[in-house]
Amino acid sequence: MRLVVDLNKCQGYAQCAFLAPDVFAMHGEEALIYNPHAPEEQRERLARAVAACPVQAITADGLGGMGETDTQAAREASDVR
Amino acid sequence: MSADYVEWLRREGRIVIVGASLAGLRAAETLRAEGFAGELTLIGDEPYEPYDRPPLSKSVLLGKASPRHTELPHRRETDAKWRLGVAATGLDLTAKRVRLADGDEVEYDRLLIATGVRARPWPKEDEARLDGVCLLRTRDDASDLCRRLKAGPRRVFVIGAGFAGSEIASACREMGLAVTVAERAGAPLVGALGGVIGAVAADLQTENGVDLRTHVTVTALEGDAVGRVRAVHLSDESVVEADVVVVSLGSQRNTDWLAGSGLGAGPRGVACDAGCRAFDFRGIVTDDVFVAGDVARSPHALFGYQFLSLEHWGNAVAQAETAAHNMICRGAERRPHLWMPAFWSSMFGVNIKSVGVPPMGEQLMITQGSLAERRFVGVYGHQGRVVAAVSFDNTRWLEFYARQIERGAPFPVEFPTMDRRPEGRQPVAADFPDPSLPTHGPTVTLSGYSPADQQLVFHPARH
Repeated sequence: MRLVVDLNKCQGYAQCAFLAPDVFAMHGEEALIYNPHAPEEQRERLARAVAACPVQAITADGLGGMGETDTQAAREASDVR
Repeated sequence: MSADYVEWLRREGRIVIVGASLAGLRAAETLRAEGFAGELTLIGDEPYEPYDRPPLSKSVLLGKASPRHTELPHRRETDAKWRLGVAATGLDLTAKRVRLADGDEVEYDRLLIATGVRARPWPKEDEARLDGVCLLRTRDDASDLCRRLKAGPRRVFVIGAGFAGSEIASACREMGLAVTVAERAGAPLVGALGGVIGAVAADLQTENGVDLRTHVTVTALEGDAVGRVRAVHLSDESVVEADVVVVSLGSQRNTDWLAGSGLGAGPRGVACDAGCRAFDFRGIVTDDVFVAGDVARSPHALFGYQFLSLEHWGNAVAQAETAAHNMICRGAERRPHLWMPAFWSSMFGVNIKSVGVPPMGEQLMITQGSLAERRFVGVYGHQGRVVAAVSFDNTRWLEFYARQIERGAPFPVEFPTMDRRPEGRQPVAADFPDPSLPTHGPTVTLSGYSPADQQLVFHPARH
Protein backbone atom coordinates (compact mmCIF):
# COMPACT_ATOMS: atom_id res chain seq x y z
CA MET A 1 0.00 0.00 0.00
CA ARG A 2 1.32 3.39 -0.96
CA LEU A 3 1.04 6.34 1.28
CA VAL A 4 2.17 9.90 1.47
CA VAL A 5 2.08 12.40 4.30
CA ASP A 6 1.62 16.10 3.65
CA LEU A 7 4.34 17.20 6.04
CA ASN A 8 3.29 20.82 5.66
CA LYS A 9 0.09 19.82 7.44
CA CYS A 10 1.74 17.42 9.89
CA GLN A 11 2.08 18.97 13.31
CA GLY A 12 3.80 16.10 15.02
CA TYR A 13 0.81 14.87 17.05
CA ALA A 14 2.34 11.39 16.68
CA GLN A 15 -1.05 9.64 16.60
CA CYS A 16 0.10 7.71 13.55
CA ALA A 17 3.37 6.67 15.20
CA PHE A 18 1.32 5.38 18.13
CA LEU A 19 -1.23 3.50 16.05
CA ALA A 20 1.08 2.15 13.32
CA PRO A 21 4.61 2.17 14.75
CA ASP A 22 5.96 -0.05 11.97
CA VAL A 23 5.00 2.54 9.36
CA PHE A 24 5.48 5.86 11.15
CA ALA A 25 8.16 7.03 13.54
CA MET A 26 9.15 10.31 15.09
CA HIS A 27 12.55 11.62 14.10
CA GLY A 28 13.50 13.90 16.95
CA GLU A 29 10.72 15.56 18.88
CA GLU A 30 8.55 16.82 16.06
CA ALA A 31 9.62 15.47 12.69
CA LEU A 32 7.89 12.44 11.22
CA ILE A 33 9.48 9.83 9.02
CA TYR A 34 7.49 7.05 7.46
CA ASN A 35 7.71 4.12 5.13
CA PRO A 36 5.83 5.17 1.97
CA HIS A 37 5.30 1.53 1.02
CA ALA A 38 3.47 -0.07 3.90
CA PRO A 39 3.24 -3.86 3.90
CA GLU A 40 -0.19 -5.40 3.41
CA GLU A 41 -0.40 -6.71 6.98
CA GLN A 42 -0.34 -3.09 8.17
CA ARG A 43 -3.60 -2.29 6.39
CA GLU A 44 -5.75 -2.16 9.50
CA ARG A 45 -3.28 -0.12 11.52
CA LEU A 46 -2.66 2.23 8.61
CA ALA A 47 -6.39 2.80 8.20
CA ARG A 48 -6.61 3.70 11.87
CA ALA A 49 -3.66 6.07 11.59
CA VAL A 50 -5.20 7.79 8.57
CA ALA A 51 -8.47 8.24 10.45
CA ALA A 52 -6.80 9.40 13.66
CA CYS A 53 -4.56 12.10 12.18
CA PRO A 54 -5.89 15.36 13.69
CA VAL A 55 -4.91 17.35 10.59
CA GLN A 56 -5.77 14.63 8.02
CA ALA A 57 -2.30 14.77 6.53
CA ILE A 58 -2.05 11.13 5.43
CA THR A 59 -3.19 9.92 2.02
CA ALA A 60 -3.06 6.20 1.32
CA ASP A 61 -4.42 4.19 -1.54
CA GLY A 62 -5.81 0.74 -1.32
CA LEU A 63 -7.74 1.44 1.86
CA GLY A 64 -11.07 0.68 0.25
CA GLY A 65 -12.36 4.10 -0.75
CA MET A 66 -11.59 5.75 2.54
CA GLY A 67 -8.92 8.05 1.18
CA GLU A 68 -11.22 8.90 -1.67
CA THR A 69 -13.93 10.23 0.61
CA ASP A 70 -11.40 12.28 2.52
CA THR A 71 -10.03 13.81 -0.65
CA GLN A 72 -13.52 14.61 -1.83
CA ALA A 73 -14.36 16.28 1.46
CA ALA A 74 -11.10 18.21 1.39
CA ARG A 75 -11.75 19.43 -2.11
CA GLU A 76 -15.27 20.55 -1.23
CA ALA A 77 -13.86 22.41 1.74
CA SER A 78 -11.29 24.15 -0.44
CA ASP A 79 -13.93 25.01 -3.03
CA VAL A 80 -15.99 26.75 -0.40
CA ARG A 81 -13.00 28.77 0.61
CA MET B 1 -13.79 31.53 -24.43
CA SER B 2 -17.15 30.30 -25.61
CA ALA B 3 -19.13 28.08 -23.31
CA ASP B 4 -19.64 25.62 -26.14
CA TYR B 5 -15.91 25.11 -26.50
CA VAL B 6 -15.47 24.40 -22.81
CA GLU B 7 -18.40 21.99 -22.89
CA TRP B 8 -16.90 20.21 -25.86
CA LEU B 9 -13.43 20.17 -24.25
CA ARG B 10 -14.74 18.62 -21.06
CA ARG B 11 -16.63 15.98 -23.02
CA GLU B 12 -14.18 14.93 -25.71
CA GLY B 13 -11.18 17.25 -25.78
CA ARG B 14 -7.56 16.12 -25.55
CA ILE B 15 -5.45 17.20 -22.60
CA VAL B 16 -1.74 16.50 -22.48
CA ILE B 17 0.31 16.82 -19.30
CA VAL B 18 4.07 17.00 -19.75
CA GLY B 19 5.79 15.95 -16.53
CA ALA B 20 4.71 12.80 -14.69
CA SER B 21 5.62 13.62 -11.13
CA LEU B 22 3.67 15.02 -8.18
CA ALA B 23 2.14 18.00 -10.02
CA GLY B 24 1.34 16.00 -13.16
CA LEU B 25 -0.37 13.22 -11.23
CA ARG B 26 -2.43 15.50 -9.01
CA ALA B 27 -3.50 17.55 -12.06
CA ALA B 28 -4.63 14.39 -13.85
CA GLU B 29 -6.65 13.30 -10.82
CA THR B 30 -8.23 16.74 -10.45
CA LEU B 31 -9.22 16.82 -14.13
CA ARG B 32 -11.09 13.54 -13.72
CA ALA B 33 -12.54 14.54 -10.34
CA GLU B 34 -13.98 17.66 -11.93
CA GLY B 35 -15.58 15.79 -14.77
CA PHE B 36 -13.11 15.82 -17.64
CA ALA B 37 -14.15 12.88 -19.81
CA GLY B 38 -11.87 13.39 -22.82
CA GLU B 39 -8.50 11.92 -23.69
CA LEU B 40 -5.76 12.42 -21.13
CA THR B 41 -2.06 11.78 -21.83
CA LEU B 42 0.82 12.04 -19.36
CA ILE B 43 4.38 12.28 -20.64
CA GLY B 44 7.36 11.66 -18.37
CA ASP B 45 11.06 11.29 -19.11
CA GLU B 46 11.69 8.82 -16.29
CA PRO B 47 10.56 5.23 -16.77
CA TYR B 48 8.76 5.23 -13.41
CA GLU B 49 5.26 6.17 -12.46
CA PRO B 50 5.01 9.30 -10.29
CA TYR B 51 6.94 8.98 -7.06
CA ASP B 52 7.50 11.16 -4.04
CA ARG B 53 10.86 12.92 -3.73
CA PRO B 54 11.07 14.29 -0.16
CA PRO B 55 11.70 10.84 1.36
CA LEU B 56 14.70 10.33 -0.95
CA SER B 57 16.92 12.59 1.15
CA LYS B 58 15.37 11.53 4.47
CA SER B 59 13.67 8.15 5.09
CA VAL B 60 15.38 6.53 2.12
CA LEU B 61 18.92 7.59 3.06
CA LEU B 62 18.23 6.56 6.65
CA GLY B 63 17.27 3.11 5.39
CA LYS B 64 13.65 3.41 6.61
CA ALA B 65 12.27 3.13 3.09
CA SER B 66 13.39 1.73 -0.22
CA PRO B 67 14.07 4.15 -3.09
CA ARG B 68 12.01 1.82 -5.27
CA HIS B 69 8.96 2.23 -3.08
CA THR B 70 8.09 5.88 -2.93
CA GLU B 71 5.41 5.79 -5.65
CA LEU B 72 2.67 8.27 -4.89
CA PRO B 73 -0.71 6.94 -3.85
CA HIS B 74 -3.48 7.66 -6.32
CA ARG B 75 -6.45 9.63 -5.14
CA ARG B 76 -8.63 8.27 -7.90
CA GLU B 77 -8.57 6.48 -11.23
CA THR B 78 -7.11 8.77 -13.91
CA ASP B 79 -7.80 6.59 -16.95
CA ALA B 80 -4.85 8.24 -18.65
CA LYS B 81 -2.50 7.18 -21.38
CA TRP B 82 0.97 7.13 -19.84
CA ARG B 83 4.00 7.79 -22.01
CA LEU B 84 6.81 7.10 -19.56
CA GLY B 85 10.52 6.96 -20.27
CA VAL B 86 10.26 9.40 -23.14
CA ALA B 87 11.08 13.11 -22.79
CA ALA B 88 9.23 15.91 -24.49
CA THR B 89 11.67 17.69 -26.79
CA GLY B 90 9.66 20.45 -28.38
CA LEU B 91 6.40 22.34 -28.50
CA ASP B 92 4.57 23.74 -31.51
CA LEU B 93 2.09 26.28 -30.16
CA THR B 94 0.42 26.88 -33.50
CA ALA B 95 -0.15 23.26 -34.46
CA LYS B 96 -0.79 22.41 -30.76
CA ARG B 97 1.64 19.53 -30.71
CA VAL B 98 4.24 18.21 -28.29
CA ARG B 99 7.27 16.56 -29.89
CA LEU B 100 8.78 13.55 -28.13
CA ALA B 101 12.32 12.19 -27.98
CA ASP B 102 11.27 9.04 -29.84
CA GLY B 103 10.15 11.13 -32.81
CA ASP B 104 6.46 10.84 -32.03
CA GLU B 105 4.16 13.83 -31.73
CA VAL B 106 1.14 14.25 -29.47
CA GLU B 107 -1.66 16.69 -30.28
CA TYR B 108 -3.53 18.54 -27.58
CA ASP B 109 -6.42 20.89 -27.15
CA ARG B 110 -5.06 22.02 -23.79
CA LEU B 111 -1.58 21.45 -22.42
CA LEU B 112 -0.23 21.45 -18.88
CA ILE B 113 3.52 21.94 -18.42
CA ALA B 114 4.73 20.35 -15.18
CA THR B 115 8.30 19.45 -16.08
CA GLY B 116 9.77 20.58 -12.75
CA VAL B 117 13.47 20.98 -12.11
CA ARG B 118 16.55 18.81 -12.25
CA ALA B 119 19.65 18.77 -10.07
CA ARG B 120 22.35 21.19 -11.16
CA PRO B 121 25.28 18.96 -12.12
CA TRP B 122 28.93 19.55 -11.28
CA PRO B 123 29.99 22.02 -13.98
CA LYS B 124 33.25 20.31 -15.01
CA GLU B 125 32.06 17.35 -17.04
CA ASP B 126 35.16 15.18 -16.79
CA GLU B 127 35.13 15.56 -13.01
CA ALA B 128 31.38 14.98 -12.83
CA ARG B 129 31.88 11.63 -14.57
CA LEU B 130 34.23 10.31 -11.88
CA ASP B 131 32.93 7.25 -10.10
CA GLY B 132 31.61 8.30 -6.70
CA VAL B 133 30.37 11.74 -7.75
CA CYS B 134 26.61 11.72 -7.13
CA LEU B 135 23.53 13.87 -7.40
CA LEU B 136 20.34 13.43 -5.40
CA ARG B 137 17.15 14.29 -7.21
CA THR B 138 15.70 11.19 -8.79
CA ARG B 139 14.89 7.70 -7.60
CA ASP B 140 17.89 6.35 -9.52
CA ASP B 141 20.14 8.93 -7.84
CA ALA B 142 18.84 7.81 -4.44
CA SER B 143 19.43 4.11 -5.19
CA ASP B 144 22.97 4.87 -6.28
CA LEU B 145 23.77 7.05 -3.27
CA CYS B 146 22.21 4.57 -0.82
CA ARG B 147 24.34 1.78 -2.22
CA ARG B 148 27.49 3.86 -1.86
CA LEU B 149 26.69 4.95 1.68
CA LYS B 150 25.92 1.38 2.74
CA ALA B 151 29.30 0.31 1.40
CA GLY B 152 30.85 2.36 4.21
CA PRO B 153 32.91 5.07 2.53
CA ARG B 154 35.74 6.56 4.58
CA ARG B 155 34.39 10.07 4.04
CA VAL B 156 31.45 11.65 2.24
CA PHE B 157 31.86 15.15 0.84
CA VAL B 158 28.75 17.26 0.26
CA ILE B 159 29.09 20.30 -2.00
CA GLY B 160 26.46 22.87 -0.99
CA ALA B 161 24.67 23.29 2.34
CA GLY B 162 21.14 24.00 1.21
CA PHE B 163 18.28 21.86 2.52
CA ALA B 164 19.16 18.81 0.44
CA GLY B 165 22.88 18.98 1.23
CA SER B 166 22.21 19.44 4.94
CA GLU B 167 19.72 16.55 4.99
CA ILE B 168 22.29 14.32 3.31
CA ALA B 169 24.92 15.33 5.87
CA SER B 170 22.43 14.58 8.64
CA ALA B 171 21.70 11.10 7.25
CA CYS B 172 25.43 10.38 6.93
CA ARG B 173 26.03 11.29 10.57
CA GLU B 174 23.14 9.10 11.65
CA MET B 175 24.76 6.25 9.78
CA GLY B 176 28.01 7.01 11.56
CA LEU B 177 29.81 8.16 8.42
CA ALA B 178 32.42 10.91 8.38
CA VAL B 179 31.11 13.84 6.35
CA THR B 180 32.47 17.18 5.18
CA VAL B 181 30.14 19.90 3.91
CA ALA B 182 31.42 22.84 1.85
CA GLU B 183 29.36 26.00 1.44
CA ARG B 184 30.18 29.18 -0.45
CA ALA B 185 28.11 31.32 1.93
CA GLY B 186 28.88 31.84 5.62
CA ALA B 187 26.49 29.15 6.91
CA PRO B 188 24.09 26.42 5.81
CA LEU B 189 20.59 27.38 4.59
CA VAL B 190 21.43 31.08 4.16
CA GLY B 191 19.82 31.28 0.74
CA ALA B 192 16.49 30.09 2.13
CA LEU B 193 16.51 31.39 5.70
CA GLY B 194 19.26 34.02 6.03
CA GLY B 195 22.45 34.20 8.05
CA VAL B 196 20.93 34.48 11.55
CA ILE B 197 19.05 31.19 11.22
CA GLY B 198 21.93 29.83 9.16
CA ALA B 199 24.21 30.24 12.18
CA VAL B 200 21.86 27.98 14.17
CA ALA B 201 21.98 25.40 11.39
CA ALA B 202 25.79 25.63 11.41
CA ASP B 203 25.92 24.87 15.15
CA LEU B 204 23.55 21.98 14.60
CA GLN B 205 25.89 20.51 12.01
CA THR B 206 29.15 20.95 13.88
CA GLU B 207 27.71 19.63 17.15
CA ASN B 208 26.58 16.54 15.30
CA GLY B 209 30.08 15.94 14.05
CA VAL B 210 29.87 17.39 10.53
CA ASP B 211 33.12 18.88 9.28
CA LEU B 212 31.51 22.11 8.04
CA ARG B 213 33.59 24.42 5.83
CA THR B 214 32.02 27.78 5.02
CA HIS B 215 33.15 30.69 2.82
CA VAL B 216 34.82 28.15 0.54
CA THR B 217 34.15 26.79 -2.90
CA VAL B 218 35.23 23.54 -4.43
CA THR B 219 37.84 24.15 -7.10
CA ALA B 220 38.43 20.62 -8.33
CA LEU B 221 37.47 16.98 -7.86
CA GLU B 222 40.45 14.67 -8.11
CA GLY B 223 40.20 11.12 -9.40
CA ASP B 224 42.52 8.16 -9.06
CA ALA B 225 44.06 6.07 -11.84
CA VAL B 226 40.86 4.05 -12.41
CA GLY B 227 38.53 7.04 -12.49
CA ARG B 228 37.20 6.96 -8.93
CA VAL B 229 36.94 10.20 -7.02
CA ARG B 230 39.50 10.35 -4.23
CA ALA B 231 39.85 13.98 -3.09
CA VAL B 232 38.21 17.38 -3.18
CA HIS B 233 40.22 20.59 -3.61
CA LEU B 234 38.91 23.74 -1.95
CA SER B 235 39.43 27.44 -2.62
CA ASP B 236 41.29 27.83 0.69
CA GLU B 237 43.85 25.42 -0.77
CA SER B 238 42.89 22.59 1.56
CA VAL B 239 42.37 19.10 0.18
CA VAL B 240 39.86 16.67 1.65
CA GLU B 241 40.04 12.97 0.85
CA ALA B 242 36.62 11.46 0.18
CA ASP B 243 35.29 8.52 -1.77
CA VAL B 244 31.74 9.77 -2.20
CA VAL B 245 31.05 13.35 -3.34
CA VAL B 246 27.45 14.55 -3.41
CA VAL B 247 26.86 17.58 -5.61
CA SER B 248 24.03 19.53 -4.00
CA LEU B 249 24.06 22.83 -5.83
CA GLY B 250 20.36 23.47 -6.21
CA SER B 251 18.40 22.92 -9.35
CA GLN B 252 17.76 24.01 -12.88
CA ARG B 253 14.32 24.40 -14.38
CA ASN B 254 13.38 21.98 -17.12
CA THR B 255 12.52 24.50 -19.80
CA ASP B 256 15.14 23.61 -22.44
CA TRP B 257 12.58 21.65 -24.43
CA LEU B 258 10.52 24.84 -24.79
CA ALA B 259 13.30 26.78 -26.54
CA GLY B 260 12.01 28.34 -29.70
CA SER B 261 8.40 27.48 -28.88
CA GLY B 262 7.45 31.11 -28.32
CA LEU B 263 6.52 30.58 -24.68
CA GLY B 264 7.90 32.90 -21.99
CA ALA B 265 10.18 30.16 -20.71
CA GLY B 266 13.75 30.42 -19.50
CA PRO B 267 16.15 29.60 -16.67
CA ARG B 268 13.71 31.00 -14.13
CA GLY B 269 10.84 28.85 -15.31
CA VAL B 270 7.71 29.41 -17.35
CA ALA B 271 5.95 32.66 -16.52
CA CYS B 272 2.20 32.45 -16.05
CA ASP B 273 -0.69 34.49 -14.71
CA ALA B 274 -2.33 33.85 -11.35
CA GLY B 275 -4.64 31.37 -13.07
CA CYS B 276 -1.64 29.24 -14.21
CA ARG B 277 -2.00 30.24 -17.88
CA ALA B 278 1.43 30.46 -19.51
CA PHE B 279 2.70 33.71 -21.01
CA ASP B 280 4.30 33.73 -24.41
CA PHE B 281 7.62 35.53 -24.91
CA ARG B 282 5.79 38.79 -25.68
CA GLY B 283 4.09 38.69 -22.29
CA ILE B 284 0.73 37.79 -23.78
CA VAL B 285 -1.25 35.17 -21.93
CA THR B 286 -2.06 31.96 -23.78
CA ASP B 287 -5.37 30.30 -23.19
CA ASP B 288 -4.57 26.69 -23.91
CA VAL B 289 -1.18 26.24 -22.21
CA PHE B 290 -1.03 25.99 -18.42
CA VAL B 291 1.87 25.56 -15.99
CA ALA B 292 2.16 24.07 -12.51
CA GLY B 293 4.75 23.02 -9.96
CA ASP B 294 8.46 23.80 -9.69
CA VAL B 295 8.75 24.96 -13.28
CA ALA B 296 6.02 27.61 -12.96
CA ARG B 297 6.59 31.23 -12.06
CA SER B 298 3.48 33.12 -11.10
CA PRO B 299 2.59 36.44 -9.47
CA HIS B 300 1.38 36.36 -5.87
CA ALA B 301 -0.87 39.09 -4.50
CA LEU B 302 0.35 38.64 -0.92
CA PHE B 303 3.94 39.31 -1.91
CA GLY B 304 3.62 42.46 -3.98
CA TYR B 305 2.73 40.50 -7.13
CA GLN B 306 6.27 39.16 -7.22
CA PHE B 307 6.63 36.30 -9.67
CA LEU B 308 7.44 33.38 -7.41
CA SER B 309 8.97 30.09 -8.45
CA LEU B 310 8.49 27.72 -5.55
CA GLU B 311 10.25 24.40 -5.29
CA HIS B 312 7.80 23.30 -2.65
CA TRP B 313 5.93 20.01 -2.43
CA GLY B 314 2.72 21.71 -1.33
CA ASN B 315 2.92 24.20 -4.18
CA ALA B 316 3.11 21.40 -6.74
CA VAL B 317 -0.09 19.90 -5.33
CA ALA B 318 -2.02 23.16 -4.96
CA GLN B 319 -0.93 24.66 -8.26
CA ALA B 320 -1.70 21.44 -10.13
CA GLU B 321 -5.20 21.42 -8.67
CA THR B 322 -5.78 25.05 -9.61
CA ALA B 323 -4.35 24.64 -13.10
CA ALA B 324 -6.43 21.52 -13.74
CA HIS B 325 -9.58 23.25 -12.51
CA ASN B 326 -8.94 26.30 -14.69
CA MET B 327 -8.14 24.18 -17.75
CA ILE B 328 -11.68 22.90 -17.97
CA CYS B 329 -13.60 25.96 -16.74
CA ARG B 330 -15.16 29.02 -18.23
CA GLY B 331 -13.39 32.29 -17.47
CA ALA B 332 -15.62 33.41 -14.60
CA GLU B 333 -15.26 30.09 -12.77
CA ARG B 334 -11.50 30.15 -12.76
CA ARG B 335 -9.55 30.44 -9.53
CA PRO B 336 -6.27 32.19 -8.84
CA HIS B 337 -3.37 30.21 -7.41
CA LEU B 338 -2.65 32.09 -4.21
CA TRP B 339 -1.22 29.29 -2.10
CA MET B 340 0.63 30.28 1.04
CA PRO B 341 4.22 29.14 0.45
CA ALA B 342 5.23 26.51 3.00
CA PHE B 343 7.93 23.89 3.26
CA TRP B 344 9.55 21.53 5.70
CA SER B 345 12.85 19.85 6.28
CA SER B 346 14.22 17.69 9.02
CA MET B 347 17.87 17.30 9.87
CA PHE B 348 19.76 16.16 12.93
CA GLY B 349 16.43 15.36 14.56
CA VAL B 350 15.15 18.94 14.25
CA ASN B 351 11.92 19.72 12.42
CA ILE B 352 12.34 22.87 10.33
CA LYS B 353 9.28 24.45 8.78
CA SER B 354 8.50 27.71 7.15
CA VAL B 355 5.52 29.69 5.82
CA GLY B 356 5.59 32.70 3.53
CA VAL B 357 8.67 33.89 1.66
CA PRO B 358 11.64 34.30 4.05
CA PRO B 359 14.13 35.62 1.43
CA MET B 360 11.83 38.59 0.97
CA GLY B 361 12.33 39.64 4.59
CA GLU B 362 15.05 42.09 5.53
CA GLN B 363 14.50 41.73 9.23
CA LEU B 364 13.96 38.89 11.62
CA MET B 365 12.44 38.73 15.06
CA ILE B 366 12.48 35.70 17.33
CA THR B 367 8.97 35.61 18.78
CA GLN B 368 8.93 32.26 20.56
CA GLY B 369 11.65 30.17 22.14
CA SER B 370 15.30 30.95 21.62
CA LEU B 371 18.00 30.47 19.04
CA ALA B 372 20.32 28.99 21.65
CA GLU B 373 17.88 26.17 22.43
CA ARG B 374 17.23 25.61 18.72
CA ARG B 375 13.55 25.62 19.44
CA PHE B 376 12.03 28.84 18.22
CA VAL B 377 9.84 30.74 15.80
CA GLY B 378 11.45 33.49 13.75
CA VAL B 379 9.28 36.05 11.95
CA TYR B 380 10.51 37.87 8.84
CA GLY B 381 9.49 41.44 8.01
CA HIS B 382 9.53 43.39 4.77
CA GLN B 383 8.52 47.06 4.55
CA GLY B 384 6.66 46.98 7.85
CA ARG B 385 4.75 43.76 7.14
CA VAL B 386 5.08 40.16 8.25
CA VAL B 387 6.04 38.14 5.14
CA ALA B 388 7.29 34.83 6.53
CA ALA B 389 7.97 32.73 9.59
CA VAL B 390 10.26 29.81 10.27
CA SER B 391 10.13 27.32 13.10
CA PHE B 392 12.66 24.92 14.55
CA ASP B 393 10.75 22.25 16.51
CA ASN B 394 7.88 24.66 17.05
CA THR B 395 5.60 23.90 14.15
CA ARG B 396 2.26 24.43 15.84
CA TRP B 397 2.72 28.19 15.76
CA LEU B 398 3.10 28.39 12.01
CA GLU B 399 -0.60 28.27 11.25
CA PHE B 400 -0.97 31.43 13.35
CA TYR B 401 1.77 33.20 11.42
CA ALA B 402 0.33 32.09 8.09
CA ARG B 403 -2.83 34.00 9.06
CA GLN B 404 -0.70 37.01 10.07
CA ILE B 405 0.94 37.01 6.64
CA GLU B 406 -2.44 36.79 4.90
CA ARG B 407 -3.68 39.69 6.94
CA GLY B 408 -0.64 41.87 6.20
CA ALA B 409 0.08 42.12 9.93
CA PRO B 410 2.56 44.83 10.94
CA PHE B 411 6.24 44.13 11.54
CA PRO B 412 7.93 44.31 14.04
CA VAL B 413 5.26 42.15 15.67
CA GLU B 414 3.69 43.92 18.61
CA PHE B 415 1.70 41.20 20.35
CA PRO B 416 3.05 39.72 23.55
CA THR B 417 3.59 35.97 23.53
CA MET B 418 3.26 33.43 26.30
CA ASP B 419 6.73 32.20 25.61
CA ARG B 420 9.99 33.54 26.93
CA ARG B 421 11.82 35.77 24.52
CA PRO B 422 15.44 35.82 25.61
CA GLU B 423 16.37 37.34 22.24
CA GLY B 424 14.39 40.41 23.24
CA ARG B 425 11.77 42.29 21.28
CA GLN B 426 14.01 43.97 18.76
CA PRO B 427 14.19 42.79 15.18
CA VAL B 428 17.63 42.12 13.74
CA ALA B 429 18.83 42.06 10.15
CA ALA B 430 17.91 38.65 8.70
CA ASP B 431 21.23 38.64 6.84
CA PHE B 432 20.39 37.23 3.43
CA PRO B 433 23.23 37.15 0.94
CA ASP B 434 23.32 39.71 -1.85
CA PRO B 435 20.97 38.17 -4.45
CA SER B 436 23.38 39.10 -7.23
CA LEU B 437 26.04 36.79 -5.82
CA PRO B 438 25.80 33.18 -6.89
CA THR B 439 25.04 30.63 -4.21
CA HIS B 440 23.22 27.32 -4.27
CA GLY B 441 19.64 27.89 -5.29
CA PRO B 442 17.13 28.80 -2.62
CA THR B 443 13.84 26.97 -2.79
CA VAL B 444 12.09 30.21 -3.63
CA THR B 445 13.15 32.30 -6.57
CA LEU B 446 12.09 35.90 -6.40
CA SER B 447 12.01 37.30 -9.85
CA GLY B 448 10.61 40.25 -11.68
CA TYR B 449 9.89 43.56 -10.00
CA SER B 450 7.20 44.29 -7.54
CA PRO B 451 4.98 47.25 -8.50
CA ALA B 452 6.20 48.95 -5.31
CA ASP B 453 9.77 48.99 -6.59
CA GLN B 454 10.98 51.84 -8.74
CA GLN B 455 13.91 50.06 -10.28
CA LEU B 456 12.73 50.42 -13.84
CA VAL B 457 11.51 53.53 -15.55
CA PHE B 458 9.79 53.01 -18.84
CA HIS B 459 9.67 55.89 -21.34
CA PRO B 460 7.44 55.11 -24.30
CA ALA B 461 8.64 56.55 -27.61
CA ARG B 462 7.09 59.92 -28.60
CA HIS B 463 5.62 60.20 -32.05
